[in-house]
Amino acid sequence: MKNNIHDLEEKFQARIDAGEKIEPKDWMPEKYRKTHIRQISQHAHSEIVGMLPEGNWITRAPSLRRKLGLLAKVQDEAGHGLYLYSAAETLGISRDQMFDQLHTGKAKYSSIFNYPTLSWADIGAIGWLVDGAAIINQVMLTRTSFGPYARAMVRICKEESFHQRQGYEIMLGLCRGTEEQKEMAQDALNRFWWPSLMMFGPKDEDSPNTEQSVKWKIKRKTNDELRQEFIDITVPQADFLGLKMPDPDLKWNEERGHYDFGEIDWDEFWQVVKGNGPCNKERLKARTDAWDEGAWVRDAANAYAEKQSLKKQSENNKKIAS
Amino acid sequence: MDNSLYQYLLILGDNSMILGHRLSELCGHGPTLETDIALTNISLDLFGQVRSYFQYAAKIADSEQTEDSIAFLRTERKYRNVLLVEQENVDFAHVIVRQFLFDGFHKLLLEQLMQSKDETISAIAHKSIKESKYHYRFSGDWLKRLGDGTEVSHKKAQDALNKLYPFTNEFFLESDIEKEMSAKGIGPNLNILKETYYSNIHQIIAEANLTLPIEKQRVAKGKLGYHTENLGYILAELQYMQRTYPNMQW
Ligand SMILES: [Fe+2]
Ligand SMILES: [Fe+2]
Repeated sequence: MKNNIHDLEEKFQARIDAGEKIEPKDWMPEKYRKTHIRQISQHAHSEIVGMLPEGNWITRAPSLRRKLGLLAKVQDEAGHGLYLYSAAETLGISRDQMFDQLHTGKAKYSSIFNYPTLSWADIGAIGWLVDGAAIINQVMLTRTSFGPYARAMVRICKEESFHQRQGYEIMLGLCRGTEEQKEMAQDALNRFWWPSLMMFGPKDEDSPNTEQSVKWKIKRKTNDELRQEFIDITVPQADFLGLKMPDPDLKWNEERGHYDFGEIDWDEFWQVVKGNGPCNKERLKARTDAWDEGAWVRDAANAYAEKQSLKKQSENNKKIAS
Repeated sequence: MDNSLYQYLLILGDNSMILGHRLSELCGHGPTLETDIALTNISLDLFGQVRSYFQYAAKIADSEQTEDSIAFLRTERKYRNVLLVEQENVDFAHVIVRQFLFDGFHKLLLEQLMQSKDETISAIAHKSIKESKYHYRFSGDWLKRLGDGTEVSHKKAQDALNKLYPFTNEFFLESDIEKEMSAKGIGPNLNILKETYYSNIHQIIAEANLTLPIEKQRVAKGKLGYHTENLGYILAELQYMQRTYPNMQW
């Protein structure tokens, strides 16, 4: 028996090494299943919790065009959530169970969404930086070994790059605008830059699981590599906007061919992860409120569907009888 | 400028805008992801229509106007939406009932506006009718789920209907502008729509196992610019950026 499982695991790994996709009905090690349930559901939670900080500005968007753009973007994120929950469901967990994990604090979501959106410019900064950072992660995930996850990423990445461009365009508008608008943009960058860098997770030396994740192709690059990639792409974009990165240590390193950057405030990072960030409580409350207040609606839909199917059944029975 | 036509476009656009605003308040807070997406979709459709109406209004205006100055820079009394659409979300039942009562009218109105002698209005109506039909089906289906779902949902839907139904009367109180538009063949004679509207919605209300409220109408002059206290708060949010940072591009 032991040998059997060992064989299966070896064959499984060989398939991944050969670049084959693992599908839900295929045999997989329990740990692979659990890891994917955890990662995909947390990714899904991030999408829907991520709707909240941006949703905060929908009713106050400064123009009709911007309002439509933001509404559509936040709606896209709901779609991403839906798509990812479905992908996780193929591994044998229900959406209700995943929600329960989110609501009880058992499952995490991206910490960036525990920061408040304090001005319209934050909507630009989030699109530019947060969607931008998400893309770096997700492009890597389009080639991950679990088929439904990889395919979800392909579709989601297209929309994320649209979001990123939309966010950058908002920033560009502000930076080409009045002094007040430019200040607003700079302030948003100051507040969102560091939390964006934190999105890539702890430093490699403090990041467990990486080796296993690399084997399963969930991770093809380490946290630090991805973070560096993001910085290298983003700094010239800030230059183009005429904005200053809030990091005095940031400078091009000719030798490395990368930007050097200052030390991330890891204390703050862990505080936010542990639930003590600026908006953790509010974000979770918004989600649990929506869920609790929606309970009677979901009950009604279920009750109605049941009544309808009973009705259909009795009609069919009558037909057969006559 | 044709001031009547301009005002008429405000009546049309403001209804979509204020209802779209109410729906947009819910984005991210729906009872399920699917309903969240669907309600946001309706909001998007409505704001899309607003842009069409207000771009047209800006074009025919004498003074320098843009879709945004029209949307965001009027004082409260200059908004011409019916009172129904500015009513608060309260709960999902109120959202659905408000939507249903509006969609039933909106669909009939757009069907008429497709025949408008004003080509732009007719074109907007042709584009919007598909959306409106979908909205009406969505809200009607949900009305049945709530009305004929559980005891709790039935009661909530009935409460919402009792509260919101009396606002429907306003759809058919023709303002002078609507009378003029009807005479010119630009807008419909609203009296003709009234019977169809009520027979349509009454049928669905009955299917939803709900009963008509005893109070069937109330004084409502939103189209003349007399609003409920809700609108001021809506505008405080809606106009915040344009008022705080005047004359800027976004
Ligand atoms: Fe997303
Ligand atoms: Fe996004």
